[in-house]
Amino acid sequence: MDLLRFITAGSVDDGKSTLIGRLLYDSKSILTDQMEALEKQSKNKEEGAIDLALLTDGLRAEREQGITIDVAYKYFSTPRRKFIIADAPGHTQYTRNMVTGASNAQLMIILVDARNGIVEQTRRHSIIASLLNMPHVVVAVNKMDLVEFSQDVYNNIVIEYASFARSLGMKNIQYLPISALNGDNIVDPSLNTAWYDGPSLLQILETTSISSDVNLTHARMFVQYVIRPQIDELHDYRGYTGKIISGTYRIGDEIIILPAGISSRLTRIERNQQDVEEAVAGQSVILHLEDDIDISRGDVLVRKDHPPLLGQELEVLLCWMDSKPLRAGNRYLLQHNSRRVKSVVKEIEYRLDVNSLEKQADVEKAELNDIVRAKIKTASPLVYDLYKDLRANGGLILIDETSNVTVGACMIQE
Amino acid sequence: MIDYLDELESESIHILREVAGQFEKPALLFSGGKDSITMVHLALKAFRPGKFPFPLVHIDTGHNFSEALDYRDLLVHAIGEKLIVRKVEDTIKSKSLAEPKGKFASRNALQTYTLLDTIEEFGFDACIGGARRDEEKARAKERIFSVRDEFGQWDPKRQRPELWNIYNGKIQKGENVRVFPISNWTELDIWNYIRRENIKLPSIYFSHLREVIEHEGQLVAVSSFIKLEESDKVMNKNVRYRTVGDMTCTAAVESGASTVNDIINEIISTRTSERGETRIDDKLSEAAMEDRKKNGYF
Repeated sequence: MDLLRFITAGSVDDGKSTLIGRLLYDSKSILTDQMEALEKQSKNKEEGAIDLALLTDGLRAEREQGITIDVAYKYFSTPRRKFIIADAPGHTQYTRNMVTGASNAQLMIILVDARNGIVEQTRRHSIIASLLNMPHVVVAVNKMDLVEFSQDVYNNIVIEYASFARSLGMKNIQYLPISALNGDNIVDPSLNTAWYDGPSLLQILETTSISSDVNLTHARMFVQYVIRPQIDELHDYRGYTGKIISGTYRIGDEIIILPAGISSRLTRIERNQQDVEEAVAGQSVILHLEDDIDISRGDVLVRKDHPPLLGQELEVLLCWMDSKPLRAGNRYLLQHNSRRVKSVVKEIEYRLDVNSLEKQADVEKAELNDIVRAKIKTASPLVYDLYKDLRANGGLILIDETSNVTVGACMIQE
Repeated sequence: MIDYLDELESESIHILREVAGQFEKPALLFSGGKDSITMVHLALKAFRPGKFPFPLVHIDTGHNFSEALDYRDLLVHAIGEKLIVRKVEDTIKSKSLAEPKGKFASRNALQTYTLLDTIEEFGFDACIGGARRDEEKARAKERIFSVRDEFGQWDPKRQRPELWNIYNGKIQKGENVRVFPISNWTELDIWNYIRRENIKLPSIYFSHLREVIEHEGQLVAVSSFIKLEESDKVMNKNVRYRTVGDMTCTAAVESGASTVNDIINEIISTRTSERGETRIDDKLSEAAMEDRKKNGYF
């Protein structure tokens, strides 16, 4: 059994929380006491029917205002797969939360209200999916019950979306008609949409191939922590711990330590307190090298083939996440996996209108939730890949050194 | 294909090593329950053959199951790591706190005082805990690195965005970070992992005969910490615990499950959530957990 992380996106009333409630309910992941609590809350609001959205809105302010203000994580599993859902809010003022939820997801479900078709928020969420290189996208046309399950309505939305998606260069899109409220095409194919012969939403989630998303060639491991036991019998032991973010390592591989550029050879790999011959992307390991080299947290061990890029000047797409605006010349701490360096934002080249994809030049600053293209210079070299080539090594964050808050998310473009 | 348990395990080890790499004085909060026992198991995988870069810290309410305490001491001895115990009893005395009253006088809320005092005493900048997002809906919204102010308070509206696998543990003096490496595990994942890794647990997790009373549909162990009333009917039942906390606020479930396999089968067929079935403290209000977290609780 493997694990799929996905995110749901849609505008305020597209029924996103209802969809998640439905998936949990139909996969029998809602338990008796949670159901009772739901019934009680629904009654408090004098609504009568059980409100599935209440399952995901965890904070008091959200329940009071009937909206989602932060990313909530929910879990369910079927005999085929375990799922982690990031439920992110749809409002413009929460673009940063969507970016956050999407950064770890392998699949995004974009909900479209069948009555309204493609609206501004659909475009924004799709643009975010394309900027974040979302490996798989599912467009679910919801509330089909309110348009009498009309195939024409559905087809028109699919045609319009497909043309928009082409302009964004999006690939791997699947479409289906659903009613989250009534459960049409959620688990089983619905009789109400006999004209649709594709899989149900759960079937799509269960069968989307994710193993091919894993990169097994570009070996990258950032050192997190060095193990040096202070005891006599292990006084020569020096183990570099980290999670392999991509590629494969084998004993005997020629290794380059970056940014220093020193070569060595892999002599030992430990995983789960056992020696292994080989380790691959996704695994947390301890690597040992032939030579005694000064290596510390933030250094990167790569294989000689498929080397990463190395440099101090980057072009990034940046999602600004703080209420204090970003201006050219501002300095931040930059964190790229386990590596932290000082940096300065040299220039804001343009702002991307996330509703129209229009590039607005001559921008002085980036405000909360803006996405801009910027030039960043770092105080020491980064060991990176382009975001489009290797997501796990092309994303980084900016930290405000006075407040310590994470203020920006960057995707390296060149 | 990477197995989901391998993926969760690797993610948790990565988070534990981020704590080791980013903080000066971390601590691992240890309650003796299955989640913190799993955390210790993951820490062994993350740091052996080295020592843990943090001590284990037990905030002791004084209302413990003796089996959990025995287990704790044996485990600490077996792995040779440092254990710090701080007692809620001592905080109550030194701060003249009011003992909670009532039939199930729980010291659960008072734990927060002792925890904050302990953080201050040792200058801990990060506290690792075994909370999971599937337990409760306020927890479902909390970050893996959750920054708390000097009063230990969680502000859900000011959470730091957490992107990719990058964790920002930068803090001001006085603040600290609560870190939850098993955020993405469910109760069933934990049990499947315990089975796969053959992790030993305190005996109270398995079916045993115990004197209990029934309270609002839940079974509560008879102990010196609860006040029996005349109307209470003391029964002998075969029970097990799904969570191990304070004896006054942890309820048992009637069960004949005596092995990990039996328990997994019961969880798959059961229709009640872990906290709902066994936590008397969460039923108080819809936002009980959110409120406690805002006050510094885990």
